[in-house]
Amino acid sequence: MAANVPALTFVVLFLPFMGAVFAPVLIRRFGDKAAWLLALAPFFAFLHFCGFLSEVAAGEVVTGGYAWAPSFNLSFSWFLDGLSLTFALLITGIGTLIVIYSGGYMKGHPDQGRFLSFILLFMGAMLGLVVSDSFLMLFVYWELTSITSFLLIGFDHGREKARRAALQALVVTGGGGLCLLAGLVFLWNITGVTQLSLLVHMEDGLRESPFYLATLLLVLGGAFTKSAQFPFHFWLPNAMEAPTPVSAYLHSATMVKAGVYLLMRLNPVMGATPAWEILLPFFGGITLIAGTFLAVRQVDMKLMLAYTTMASLGLLVMLTGFGAPHAVEAAVLYLVAHSLFKGGFFMVVGTVDHEAGDRNVTQLRGLRSAMPITFAAAMLCALSMGGLPLFFGFLAKEEIYAALAAGNPRAVFFTGLAVIGNALMFAVAFAIAIRPFFGPPSANPKSAHEGPVALWLGPAVLAVLGLLGALFSGLAHHYVSSPMASAVSGEKVVIDITTVPHLGMPLVLSVITIGLGVFVFWRLDGARALMVRVLENLGPGPDLGFDHFVSGLVRLSVAITRFVQPGRLEVYMTATFILLALTLLVPPVVFDELPGMPAWPGSVLPQEAAFLAIALIGIFAVLRAKDRLTAIVSLGIQGFAVAVIFLLFGAPDLSFTQFMVETLSVVILALVMTRLRLSPADHRPRRQLLFDACVAVACGLGFGLLLLKSVEASFDNLLTDFFNAYSKVIAHGANVVNVIIVDFRGTDTLGEIAVVMVTGLAVLALIRVRAGKAAVSQEEEGR
Amino acid sequence: MNTLILRTVAPVLTALMLLFSIFVLLRGHNEPGGGFIGGLIAASALAIYGIAFGVAAVRRAIRFHPMAIAGAGLFISTLSGLISIFFGVPFMTGLWIYPVFFDVEVPLATVISFDLGVYLVVLGAITSIALALEQEPGPETGGEEG
Repeated sequence: MAANVPALTFVVLFLPFMGAVFAPVLIRRFGDKAAWLLALAPFFAFLHFCGFLSEVAAGEVVTGGYAWAPSFNLSFSWFLDGLSLTFALLITGIGTLIVIYSGGYMKGHPDQGRFLSFILLFMGAMLGLVVSDSFLMLFVYWELTSITSFLLIGFDHGREKARRAALQALVVTGGGGLCLLAGLVFLWNITGVTQLSLLVHMEDGLRESPFYLATLLLVLGGAFTKSAQFPFHFWLPNAMEAPTPVSAYLHSATMVKAGVYLLMRLNPVMGATPAWEILLPFFGGITLIAGTFLAVRQVDMKLMLAYTTMASLGLLVMLTGFGAPHAVEAAVLYLVAHSLFKGGFFMVVGTVDHEAGDRNVTQLRGLRSAMPITFAAAMLCALSMGGLPLFFGFLAKEEIYAALAAGNPRAVFFTGLAVIGNALMFAVAFAIAIRPFFGPPSANPKSAHEGPVALWLGPAVLAVLGLLGALFSGLAHHYVSSPMASAVSGEKVVIDITTVPHLGMPLVLSVITIGLGVFVFWRLDGARALMVRVLENLGPGPDLGFDHFVSGLVRLSVAITRFVQPGRLEVYMTATFILLALTLLVPPVVFDELPGMPAWPGSVLPQEAAFLAIALIGIFAVLRAKDRLTAIVSLGIQGFAVAVIFLLFGAPDLSFTQFMVETLSVVILALVMTRLRLSPADHRPRRQLLFDACVAVACGLGFGLLLLKSVEASFDNLLTDFFNAYSKVIAHGANVVNVIIVDFRGTDTLGEIAVVMVTGLAVLALIRVRAGKAAVSQEEEGR
Repeated sequence: MNTLILRTVAPVLTALMLLFSIFVLLRGHNEPGGGFIGGLIAASALAIYGIAFGVAAVRRAIRFHPMAIAGAGLFISTLSGLISIFFGVPFMTGLWIYPVFFDVEVPLATVISFDLGVYLVVLGAITSIALALEQEPGPETGGEEG
C-alpha cells in the first residue's frame, strides 16, 4: 500500500463530516439527486476500509494517528483490528445505502439537506467511535453519536412525541455516556494506559483489581443504555419517531450496537469473570425475552422491528458474556447477520410506508404484485432473520445453538431463552414479510406501486448480501467473521460453519425453533391478544417511570433553587458571611491551630499609634452613626488610616491603591444611597442588629486569627528573593509589585481586568433594570 | 452639588488628576504606580467632574461611552499578550524595543501597552458605574445612557 495511508485514513475519518457540511448546499442546488453524490463520501470510505481486509485477515493490526497533547498522553489515534474493521465496513457500507435511500425517502421534504447533514454527522461520529484507540477519543465520539441521535430522533421537531423521544434518548444514552467516562477513568487508573490497543494486550491486573467490579458496573452502565438493554430499553421503541432511514441506520444497524462493540472490545481484558458471566447473560436474556414478547404485541411494523432489535441486542449481550466456546463466534456472526437483515427490513417497511401510506400489519394486504422488488427483499430478509438454511442468519443461529447447548442447568436455561426468542422473532419476521404482501389488495391511503430505485436499492443489496454471505461462507469467514471473532476473544479463532445442515444438537434446536415460530405465526392474532392482556396485568413500564423521574428531578431542582435563591440580598450576605466566619474559625479550633498570644510590640512610634487610633475612631464612628451616609464616610476614615499604616510599613503601592479604592468606595456607596432612595436611617430591629453584630465580630475575629497565625510562621523568602533578583534582569523593571502584575503574572491580570469589565457591565445592567422599572412606574403615576 | 468653590476648582483638579494618573501609569514599572492605580485616579477625577457639573458634562468630555473605553482597554491588553505569537514565544511574554528620539533612548514594551489596557479597563468600568448611579433616573434618560 502507498506510504501515505495514515494520512488518507485520517481524511477518510473526516469525510462524512465534510459531506455533512456540503449536504444542505448540494440538496438546495441539485434536489434529491444530490444524495447519490453525497453517498460517494461513505462509499469512498467503504472502499478505503476494504483495502485493509487482507491485512487484517492475516492477523495484523492497522494503527495510526497524530499526537494531540503529548504532555497529557492524549492522541488522535485509530486502531483497526477485525472488530473495528467489520464495524467500519458496516457503518460505511450500510451508510452509503442509507444516504441513497434517504434521497428517495425524504424527497421533496423542505429540510432534506439538514436531514442528510445529520445522517452524515452521525456516520462520522460512529466511525470515529469504532476506530478510536484513545479512551478520550472514544468517549467524545460516543457522546457525539448520542447527540446526533438526539438531532435525528427530534428531526420532526414540530411533533411533541418526537421531541419527547429525542430528549429521552439523549438523557438515557448521554447519562450512560457519563457512566462510561467514569469507567474509562477507572480503567486508565488501574492499568495506566489510555489506549485500547495497549489495553487489550494486558493479560492480568484488571480482573484482580479491587476496583474491577466498580469499573465493570460503570462500563455496563454505558453499554446497556446505548444498546437498549433492560431496564434502559424504553428509549429505543420511542426513537422510532424518527424518519425510517434513521431507524434503519442508527437504531438497528449501527448506533445501538455501540454498547455491544464496547463489551466485545473489553471482553479480552474484562471477560471470563463470574461477574461478567452472570451480569451479561442475565440482562441480555431478560432483554431478549422482553423484546420478543413486546414485538409480538405490536401491530405497527416499525415498532415490531424496533422490539425485535432490542431482543437481538439482548441476544448479542447474552452471547458476549456467556463464556462457552463458540459463544463469541456466535455473537460475531449474529451481529453481522442482524445488521444486514434488520437494516434491510427497516428500509422495506419504510418503502411500504412511503408508497402505501400505512404500516399497520393488520391492515395492509396484497402488495406483492404492486411492489415486487420490495417484496423480494422483504422475503430474503425474513428468511435470514428466521434463520433458514442458505442464509447468513442460519449460520448465526446454528453457531448460537452450538455455543449454548450443553448439559448443565445454566446452559439449558439460556438455550430455552434463545429458542423462545428466536421462534418469536421468526414469527415477527414472517408476519412482516408475508401479511402485507399476500391476499386481496387492501384499500390503502395511497395507491401502492414500486418505489424509485433509490428506495429499493438499499434493502435489495442488504438482503442479497445476507444470501451471498452464506453461500460464500468461506470467503466471508476468512475476511470478516474470523478476524472479528479473534479480536473479540483475544486469541486466534477460525470460524468454519457452512450453510450445509449437519446433524446434531444445533439442528434439532433449529427445527424446534422453526416449528414453534410457524405455530406462533399461524396463531399470531391470538398471541398478540394474549400479550396485550399479560402486559396490562404487569402495569406501567419504565417508560412511565422515566417521565416520573424527569418531572421529579425538575421539582427537586425548583425546590433547591427556591431555597438557595430567595432573591433577598440580606439573606445572601448573611449566608456568605456566616460561611466565611465558619471557614475561618472552625478549622483552627478543630485542628488546634490557634495562634499564640502575640508579643506586645516593644517600640511603637508615635505616628503609628496615632493612625491606629484614627482607625479605631473611624470604626467607633461607624457604629455610632445615626444615618447611613455618615457611616459610609466614617468607614472611609478607617480605610484611609489603614492606607497610611501600609505606607509607614513600606508598601507604597498597596497604600496608594487603598487610598483610591477607599475614595471611590465612599463616592459609589454614597451614590448608591441617593440613587436607590434607601432610607437614610438604619431601621433594623434590635434582635437582628445583635445577630448581625455577632456575624461581623466572628468574621473579624477569624481574619485577625488568620493573620496572627500567618505571621507566626517563619517567612519563606523564596519568592521574594526570586522576584528581587530577576525583576530587573528579565523584566526590565525596578518596581517588583508592578512587574509581577504586568509581566510575571500578566495572564492573571488579564483575567482580572476581564472580570472588572464584566462586573461593570453587570452593574450597568442592574441599574438599567431598576431605571426601567422606575420609568414605568412614573409613567403609570402620571396617568 | 452646586457649590461655587467646587465648580471653580473642579476643572483644574480634574485636569491635574488626569495628568497625574498618566504619570503614575507610566512610572509604574520602576516606581510605585501602575495601570490599576492610574485608572483609579482617573476615575476619581471624572467622578469629581461629574459631581460638579453633572453626568452629561462628563459624557461630553470623554466623548466615548465609558464601557467602550473599558472594552478598548481589554482589547489592547489582549493584543499586547498576543503579539508574542508572531515572535514564536509564549503568550504574554514581554517584548521590548529601544527606539531613540532626539538622542534619548526610550524603552517601549508590550508590558507598557498591557498596563495601558489595565488603566483603560479600570477607568472605563468604574466611570460607567459611577455615571450610571449619578444619573437621575427618569423616563427620558432611562434607556438612553448607552
